[in-house]
Amino acid sequence: MIRFENVGLRYGLGPEVLRDLTFRIDANSFQFLTGPSGAGKTSLLRLLFLALRPTRGLVTMFDQDTATLSKDGRATMRRRIGLVFQDFRLLDHMTTYENVALPLRVIGKDEASYRPEVVELLHWVGLGERIGALPPVLSGGEKQRAAIARAVIARPQLLLADEPTGNVDPNLGQRLLRLFIELNKSGTAVVIATHDIALMDEFDARRLVLHEGRLHVYE
Amino acid sequence: MSTSEPLKVMAEPWDELDGAPALSRAPRGAASIVPKSSIAVRSLGAVVAIMTFLASLTTGAAMLVVSTASTWQSEVGREITIQVRPQPGRNIDADVSKAADLARGTAGIAEVQAYSKQQSEQLVEPWLGAGLHLDDLPIPRLVVVKLVRGATPDFAALRNALAAQVPTANLDDHRGWIERMRTMAGAAVIAGLTVLGLVLAVTVLSVTFATRGAMAINRPIIEVMHYVGATDSFVAGQFQRHFLLLGLKGGAIGGGTAILLFGCVEAARAWFAGTPGGDEAAALFGSLSIGVDGYLAIAAQIIAMAVVTALVSRYTVSRTLATIE
Repeated sequence: MIRFENVGLRYGLGPEVLRDLTFRIDANSFQFLTGPSGAGKTSLLRLLFLALRPTRGLVTMFDQDTATLSKDGRATMRRRIGLVFQDFRLLDHMTTYENVALPLRVIGKDEASYRPEVVELLHWVGLGERIGALPPVLSGGEKQRAAIARAVIARPQLLLADEPTGNVDPNLGQRLLRLFIELNKSGTAVVIATHDIALMDEFDARRLVLHEGRLHVYE
Repeated sequence: MSTSEPLKVMAEPWDELDGAPALSRAPRGAASIVPKSSIAVRSLGAVVAIMTFLASLTTGAAMLVVSTASTWQSEVGREITIQVRPQPGRNIDADVSKAADLARGTAGIAEVQAYSKQQSEQLVEPWLGAGLHLDDLPIPRLVVVKLVRGATPDFAALRNALAAQVPTANLDDHRGWIERMRTMAGAAVIAGLTVLGLVLAVTVLSVTFATRGAMAINRPIIEVMHYVGATDSFVAGQFQRHFLLLGLKGGAIGGGTAILLFGCVEAARAWFAGTPGGDEAAALFGSLSIGVDGYLAIAAQIIAMAVVTALVSRYTVSRTLATIE
């Protein structure tokens, strides 16, 4: 589904922060992306999310060379990828329901057509009673679940999560992990970027370990 | 997972342990993606309203100057004066009467009014005082000739006839005065248009900076829309529509207030018409009406402000999006 071949990345004229990355992410797979702070986890996630272009190498996503994509083509491809931010990035003037429905609105879907689906998903992530709440009144865990719901509402083939448990307590972190596992079971490939060893020990999954810009894969 | 299949809800992974207070409000439907109200957006609305008001006032004032100058020129241009100088040995009343007859006999003349001795005394009374006997002073007498609107009488022929039959008379067609008036009106119009141009330029700049300020706080929204797969044109369209409406609203408030003000001035002029003050004002400032053209110009400015606001917002969004891969 995703293929990196000898990918390198540098910012401006600085040193390469990612070097010779060669790996695959298969459909329906589950993997943790880990490594010490500054190892390049967020940079790799941004490459995976088409928010950066590699300075060298080949990135193929969904059988397309990403270097050949136009800006609109990248936007369209991004719809096949869900992204969960560590800081949630919910829009404060929109209710939980509206935030979660946003990816469907931007692709031009009619509200009547997605309403039951959004409500059902919100119930599934335990936000059934918080549908009309604005983000500022949600707890950290609720915000993270709303962000996850927004990332998966358009049924992406790949879900990327950047430190999804970074702002929540360990108990909540375990429950969020359970949510990701359930999403993976429903057919979504999942990549969780984290340096939370305890979280990774909770679930036996493939590990992509970044160290000094190089990637080591532990199947 | 196929993108065409509905999302399959698995066994509930969440058991509502948070015990969060229930907010049982139903989904309220699709809210505007761009926040409707914020301090920056309200400030932008106020800036658009104020600048549209000022631009409309300037436009109206410039149009009033043009209209008044045109009225003055027209009024002065439709009148000529024959001046009959007193001369020893000549009967000035007969000369005045003869000059008036010559004027009446010229084609294109609508009305001839020879000022009587008493009327002439009244004319100079403000300067020389009452109870004056003009016989003691060599003050010329006037024959005021009003022209038919649009007609161009043969002044040269009239001037020759006067020279032959009333040598003490001379014809003043006010050409020099009209030329000075035309120059002055032209200068006033150029000054008005310059001020209008400056106000419009300041308006565009103010709206541009205010729009950029309002857009800056919306950057996180632009980023989120980008990350959930919105195309650049979709994002720009959302902001453009929002700011077009905002510009229309601000412009309507500012331009509407200006229209109301000009309407009130026009109504006040009509109310005071016939009074000494009203007549003085009418003589000096003309009809005090910007007319249909003026109101249309203000309406056009309202639309122009909204368009400028919308285009600047689109440009700013596009620039913001260009910085996001």
